[in-house]
Amino acid sequence: MKPGIKLIEVKEDLFADNRRAAETLRARLRASRTFLLNLMASPGAGKTSLIMQTVAALAGELRLGVIEADIDSMIDAETVAAGGIPALQLRTGGFCHVDAVMVGKALAELPLKDLDLVILENVGNLVCPAEFDTGASRSAMILSVPEGDDKPLKYPLMFSVCNALVVNKTDWLELSDFSVERLTERVRRLNPGMELFPLSCRTGEGIEAWTDWLRREVAAFLN
Amino acid sequence: MHELPVIEEILAVVLTHAHRHGVSRVVTINLEVGSFSDLEDAWLQRYFDHCSRGSVAENARLELIRVPATGTCRRCNHVFTLAAPGTDKTGCPLCGAVDIVLDGRRGYHIASLEAL
Ligand SMILES: Nc1nc2c(ncn2[C@@H]2O[C@H](COP(=O)(O)OP(=O)(O)O)[C@@H](O)[C@H]2O)c(=O)[nH]1
Ligand SMILES: [Mg+2]
Ligand SMILES: [Zn+2]
Repeated sequence: MKPGIKLIEVKEDLFADNRRAAETLRARLRASRTFLLNLMASPGAGKTSLIMQTVAALAGELRLGVIEADIDSMIDAETVAAGGIPALQLRTGGFCHVDAVMVGKALAELPLKDLDLVILENVGNLVCPAEFDTGASRSAMILSVPEGDDKPLKYPLMFSVCNALVVNKTDWLELSDFSVERLTERVRRLNPGMELFPLSCRTGEGIEAWTDWLRREVAAFLN
Repeated sequence: MHELPVIEEILAVVLTHAHRHGVSRVVTINLEVGSFSDLEDAWLQRYFDHCSRGSVAENARLELIRVPATGTCRRCNHVFTLAAPGTDKTGCPLCGAVDIVLDGRRGYHIASLEAL
């Protein structure tokens, strides 16, 4: 170090504020008994499709809400809301992720005490959303078959922060060299506890295992 | 990507500490970055140069220290440094088990400042 230069110890984590906001949000959600699921994936992987399928499967037994943060969402909040589900479009202003403060503001617009499960469709990418705690009770991601089974190698953080992995578009499996077995092996190395759900939002095959998992997680949270 | 919010956070923390210590110029910022973070070093510096204009941190250099992820083997408890992301080699180097607990792969930590 050059003479005259002094070293100042800082020792501060970035986004400590966001982590605190996320904890506050989790406490708020526990108080209102609302389970928040953070759903992440690349654009086009099937986030909106999975939300629609999940809503269709669970609407009879759980009171659901949706927060839409994906910019290129095919079915936006109005469409979800047209099905009688309270839904909110979050204006992210081109942001690459949503953080706990943004989610907290969105939740304030929903009738939380009348909701058991809120699904957050995060911004579509596998990088940035992995870095920010949203305050969710659980995080899930989707990898679709056309994206390839090598994605855990390219986006290890995303695969290591999620509780569940939905492998969507399995109706494409026979057309590709995607191997669910190879994917599972790669995922296990990053996140041994991760739950895997190969399914197709198109054909409906495999959806039940996913909704069963979600139903169990919500029940455990509410008890 | 999220280089911009990261930079705004860094600048806020740096200016708080610079002010507290009454420094006239920040020369270097030592920033530890988890090895699974996907930030572009060049973009970070460029955004920083832009955002810090007119402050005591103008022209400061971001010194990025990549902190490797560590793994703990669940079979033999061996603790080891992980290979860079992008390879399939994440098993335990001692016993070969793939049942490992990963740690220290995300996040940013401002370790220190060098200032005048
Ligand atoms: N073949 C096939 N296409 C699907 C499946 N799920 C979704 N898609 C299609 O993939 C495209 C993107 O889906 P969407 O749900 O909007 O993805 P998002 O951007 O992640 O919200 C749409 O054209 C869907 O119809 C599936 O299981 N199989
Ligand atoms: Mg969408
Ligand atoms: Zn071992």
